[in-house]
Amino acid sequence: MSNNNMNLNLKIWRQPKKSAPGKMVDYKVSDISPDMSFLEMLDVLNIQLVEKGEDPVVFDHDCREGICGMCSLMINGQAHGPEDRTTTCQLHMRKFRDGDTIVVEPWRAKAFPVLKDLMVDRTAFDEIISAGGFISVNTGNAPDANAIPISKENADLSMDAAACIGCGACVASCKNASAMLFVSAKVSQFSLLPQGKVESSERAVNMVNKMDELGFGNCTNEAECEASCPKGISISNIARMNREYTVGSITGK
Amino acid sequence: MSNSLAITLKSSVVKKQLIGITGLLLCGFLVTHLLGNFLLFVGPEAFNKYGHALTSNPLIYLAEAGLLALFLGHMGLALKATLENKAARPQRYYMKTKTGRGSTIASSTMPYTGAILLAFIVFHLQGIKFGAVYNVTYDGVVMRDLYKLTFEKFASLPYAAFYVVSMIAMAIHVSHGFWSAFQSVGFWHNRYTDSIRKAAIGYAVFVGLGFSILPIYCFLTGAN
Repeated sequence: MSNNNMNLNLKIWRQPKKSAPGKMVDYKVSDISPDMSFLEMLDVLNIQLVEKGEDPVVFDHDCREGICGMCSLMINGQAHGPEDRTTTCQLHMRKFRDGDTIVVEPWRAKAFPVLKDLMVDRTAFDEIISAGGFISVNTGNAPDANAIPISKENADLSMDAAACIGCGACVASCKNASAMLFVSAKVSQFSLLPQGKVESSERAVNMVNKMDELGFGNCTNEAECEASCPKGISISNIARMNREYTVGSITGK
Repeated sequence: MSNSLAITLKSSVVKKQLIGITGLLLCGFLVTHLLGNFLLFVGPEAFNKYGHALTSNPLIYLAEAGLLALFLGHMGLALKATLENKAARPQRYYMKTKTGRGSTIASSTMPYTGAILLAFIVFHLQGIKFGAVYNVTYDGVVMRDLYKLTFEKFASLPYAAFYVVSMIAMAIHVSHGFWSAFQSVGFWHNRYTDSIRKAAIGYAVFVGLGFSILPIYCFLTGAN
């Protein structure tokens, strides 16, 4: 045990199941290494709870490398915690101090119902993708990568948009629980490339209409989503989507 | 692809575009209103004649109807969007902290500054447009002495102060609304997005100061 290890107070949202009411519950964890990730700290808590015969805190996680988009958590009121461009799994306990009280909540949105404790159902994002987040191509041999010329600028912008891991931090941090940043990233990553350009207007229209249908809020251009996004997706994508939606609504089939 | 007009008009994107476009048009109205107000500094005759020229033109009813439609459309859609936004998060956060890199005081208070403006507009119309009628005659034409009415109203400190506070709220409202409208419509380019944001601040300062100077000027010069 090094001297830097911390004792922390946690306030965690506990909710037994989707339909049941939840509440904030206080926990204490001790001897937390500053080198642990936030999720490892929660693992320590869960081991304690299991040893006491209590129900462990349920939270989503998978790769723990910041690329899968499974981890979530509102930490002290911020999506993925206080560190810029970082997922919860990549947030380290060295960002906190001994004796801190840390508030941990699930994403909150009508379209993201809490399943249990800190785990929410993000199926809504999959439904939006199904509505248009793809390109229609015939399968077959992979074409030559350089057969279609693509400008470096557009390739970069498309890759920036494609960095979206679909974690839902944009929805969680938006005061309106709007999914515009996610949807716009998924619209932009295709529409910037020739292969996706063909269906760009229909895609924007179908995905936005699905998003509205699922009960996400309206965008009020505050950019809290961009600031909270672990991948730094720009709200310029939202402007692009707005443009394509309008054009698609007027000229669409 | 089924894309009925109703879905399009009700969509989050088009709703925000309509709020933005009506807002920008109202911004245009503010400029003409302000420039007219500045005639107050020229003198009572110029100010009253300008007012008379506006109200005696039959097209004023068309313009007023258009303006009313813009206000009602802007407010109605904004109210609808705000209610939908509240409904999109039925369970509030126990703790919510701003990142400090996104929203501003202006962007996060739009419904509130908007409500202040609505209250102000009702008060303003009731006090000035539908207020006391004083007449004055220039070149044999009888017209309303709005100059006198304006000075009379702003002689009261609370009255003038309410105007200034409302105009500060308006400046805050348009400082976000002006650039936000461009974003909603889809204007974004590295070359001009920064300029639009700066123009929004510039516009807000211009109309905020411009409309505030009047009640302050009238209060200071009228009271003595």
